[in-house]
Amino acid sequence: MLRKLIGIVALVTLAVTVAACGGGRSGSAESAVPVSLDTSISGAIVIDGSSTVAPLATALAEQFEASAPNVTVTVGTSGTGGGFEKFCKGETDVSDASRAIEPDEEAACAANGITYKTLTVANDGIAVVTNKDNTWATCLTTDQLAAIWEPSATAKTWQDIDPAWPAESFKLYGPGTDSGTFDFFTEVVNGEEGASRTDYAPSEDDNVTIQGVSGEKGGLGYFGLSYYEQNTDRLNLLQIDSGGGCIAPDAKTVQDGTYTPLSRPLYMYISDAALERPEVKAMIGFFVANETSLTKSALYVPLNPDQLKEAEALVDLGTS
Amino acid sequence: MAANTNLPLRDRSTALIHGRKRTGERVVIGTLASAAIVSILVTIGIVLALLGPSLEFFRDVSLGEFFTTTTWAPLFTPPRYGVVPLLTGTLSTTFWACVICLPLGLGSAIYLSEYASRRVRAAVKPVLEVLAGIPTVVLGYFALTFLTPLLRSIGWQVDIFNAFSAGVIIGVLLLPTVASLSEDAMKAVPSSLREGSFGLGANRFQVSTRVVVPAAVSGIAASMVLAVSRAIGETTIVLIAAGQLAQTTLMPGDAVETMTAFIAATGSGDVSVGTIAYKTIFAVGLTLFVITLALNIVAIRMVRRFREVYE
Amino acid sequence: MNAANRTASTAAANAVASSLVGRRQRSVGARLFLFYLVFSTGFGLVALAVLLGTILVDGLPFLDLTLLTGAPSSNPGMAGARPAILASIMVAIVLVATALPLAVATGVYLEEFAPRDRWWIRLIELNIQNLAAIPSIIFGILGLAFLVRGLGLGPVLLAGALILGLQMLPTVIIAAREALRAVPASVRQGGMALGATRLQVVWREVLPAAIPGIATGSILGLSRAVGETAPLLMVGAATFVSYNPGLLTQYTVLPILIYQWMRLPQADFQGLAAAAIIVLLALLIAMNGFAIWMRNRHERKW
Repeated sequence: MLRKLIGIVALVTLAVTVAACGGGRSGSAESAVPVSLDTSISGAIVIDGSSTVAPLATALAEQFEASAPNVTVTVGTSGTGGGFEKFCKGETDVSDASRAIEPDEEAACAANGITYKTLTVANDGIAVVTNKDNTWATCLTTDQLAAIWEPSATAKTWQDIDPAWPAESFKLYGPGTDSGTFDFFTEVVNGEEGASRTDYAPSEDDNVTIQGVSGEKGGLGYFGLSYYEQNTDRLNLLQIDSGGGCIAPDAKTVQDGTYTPLSRPLYMYISDAALERPEVKAMIGFFVANETSLTKSALYVPLNPDQLKEAEALVDLGTS
Repeated sequence: MAANTNLPLRDRSTALIHGRKRTGERVVIGTLASAAIVSILVTIGIVLALLGPSLEFFRDVSLGEFFTTTTWAPLFTPPRYGVVPLLTGTLSTTFWACVICLPLGLGSAIYLSEYASRRVRAAVKPVLEVLAGIPTVVLGYFALTFLTPLLRSIGWQVDIFNAFSAGVIIGVLLLPTVASLSEDAMKAVPSSLREGSFGLGANRFQVSTRVVVPAAVSGIAASMVLAVSRAIGETTIVLIAAGQLAQTTLMPGDAVETMTAFIAATGSGDVSVGTIAYKTIFAVGLTLFVITLALNIVAIRMVRRFREVYE
Repeated sequence: MNAANRTASTAAANAVASSLVGRRQRSVGARLFLFYLVFSTGFGLVALAVLLGTILVDGLPFLDLTLLTGAPSSNPGMAGARPAILASIMVAIVLVATALPLAVATGVYLEEFAPRDRWWIRLIELNIQNLAAIPSIIFGILGLAFLVRGLGLGPVLLAGALILGLQMLPTVIIAAREALRAVPASVRQGGMALGATRLQVVWREVLPAAIPGIATGSILGLSRAVGETAPLLMVGAATFVSYNPGLLTQYTVLPILIYQWMRLPQADFQGLAAAAIIVLLALLIAMNGFAIWMRNRHERKW
């Protein structure tokens, strides 16, 4: 009797579960890029590196695989540093990077005979955000930003930065010290990579930073623009004034570089050995031809005309 | 009963039989022995992998600076290499994990073994084991997005990342380990012991605490040492929920960075391989290895002293 | 009634009387104790219920056919977890085929055949216990240095599974040893008194009796291994793989995919991550179910 009862309960639960399944997705199931099939090329391409660039590499991988079904592309996220380590050992074909290659990494590549080309693949802006209830701050100068974030910063409340502002205490959030975003931000704001005050809440996951800032009235945080754009209703975006007026980050200002100093390029490093293979050449060509829609689908900012010209030159180099 | 335990049990038994083992048997036993060697190889491998870069690190950073400075900021400029904040971080989270998993795990085990009916036990034990299978990623986010807001809503203003939430959730993760293994140990205590005690008029409370638990202490202690070891070594939960702010504090509401979280974040981050910053991973890993080794030596000694032999 | 009976019945009456009195005094402590026990068991169950509840609420709306059959994608409308599901299943199979027998063999050797008092046996025991505390990421470093690069396997599924197997060894070995130790010596002595060799006794009598404990250890070890992310990331598991994995191909597993999805900005990916967690848990329950069945079949009372 008990067993039958348990059986019935289990069946009902299963039915309810199945009925409740599905239907949660919003957004289309269409691929972003028009696809023309090319079944002549085949091979395997290995991409690894920064987790920031990974969404773009993933978009490229799936779209390219759709157009060239006999090619497999895998994307890893060992981090920019980990990616370079593998790249300079010849273990990967393409290395995603949220920063330029460093001298000791260049040396490691040279020591192993790995030569490569650098491809700028997208632009990204760093958004500085505050809590929705923060009505006083709409624009920060780069000096004020430095005053908040530099290693010797003593500012504890918003009033310490601008006496006209209320004495709401700061709650600072940002990426972890191992992240390329951290390196970039500290370099351009405080003048030196790694130079930052240490009493903020670092996180591997930018969604957590969003949660933190949106939960504290005096909250301030920074992360890639794409994270803000997915959460505009929860946060305020600050404009940044580096001497030429307050500029807000958006696709245009990041692309043409007017949103300074917090615009950065994202890179892919491709080994020359890989570029000699037809499938890699085709993939890079595919990228350059479709870079606007690919970068947009990964929520990044497309290349500006100068960068695009460089990229096209690289593709021509590769095919010659 | 305990009089003639001077000879190890195995030798007492084989003393009854003399004669050579068959060759087939030798082969099998040899194979089994080589299985045990694998664990030694793993440890040697770990030590080798850790030692080289650690020695390079300690050429640049003195042991004294490493162990006495209370600031850990290897990726900041200027870098500071004091491991004390990481040690207190690990200590803090492990402490809260133990507060949860050791008493509650043992309590569950005693209940399931001595008090619950067969049906309840058959239902509850597997369900608890599901808890052990929840991926640590999920538990980390649970600590961050459920437990911490819960604590704040009842008035405790913990940091968004804090040692207490992470520690408690680690304890929840390890509770089934302690419970299940202890319960197996208690279930295996011969029922003649229980029956004898009941026959002498003891109630269930006395039988459980004075007869069964002491008889099963070997298994219970083993499960607890295993749980503490794993609490120290837990990586993903602390990475997500305890934070990455290395500060020397034992307050449960503060954000901390444990040794394991640092290794995980830096090892998979954007740090350039081969720099001092990267080598910190190995130095911290080696420190962790030595600490757990010391702990386990002490634990084994203690367990051995209190183990009882029945029959 | 003669004198002896009178003494006996008085003694019995005294015993009953004292136990009645004692019971009232003891019962407060016993009641508190019972409360502690029920609280302990309930705590674990409540925690699990809350956890599962939040996962189900977040994930069920996203648990659809596309998730189970599709490949990962940066577009949340199309993203699926098929390659990761297959890889997680394959990892579990490799673990059961390699790590589990290895761990049980080690446990059997250490408990039944190894000479007790040698220093190198003590060293192995200490070593195994210490391995249980090594953070998973260190196993990742080990795997990268020796399996992926040293042996030249490359960042393939087999390398990842072997590393998880090594990590799983201590839990299963310790559980196996405790299970073997709990088998009463009378079983062994009886077998050998009947003329069986030690190996025969172990294989035919002791090991089957220890299966419940070994099954428990296997459940705990296997569950943890299948849910790991950190060591696999170090060993080179990818985050985007669109083809079905083989033993010697690149791969991604469910926990890694879940971790990746949780960090993406689009809100839909949070729901997809929760749905993937449901799939992973279903997988684990299926694996555990088999082990639990084995455990119940071999349950014995001494």
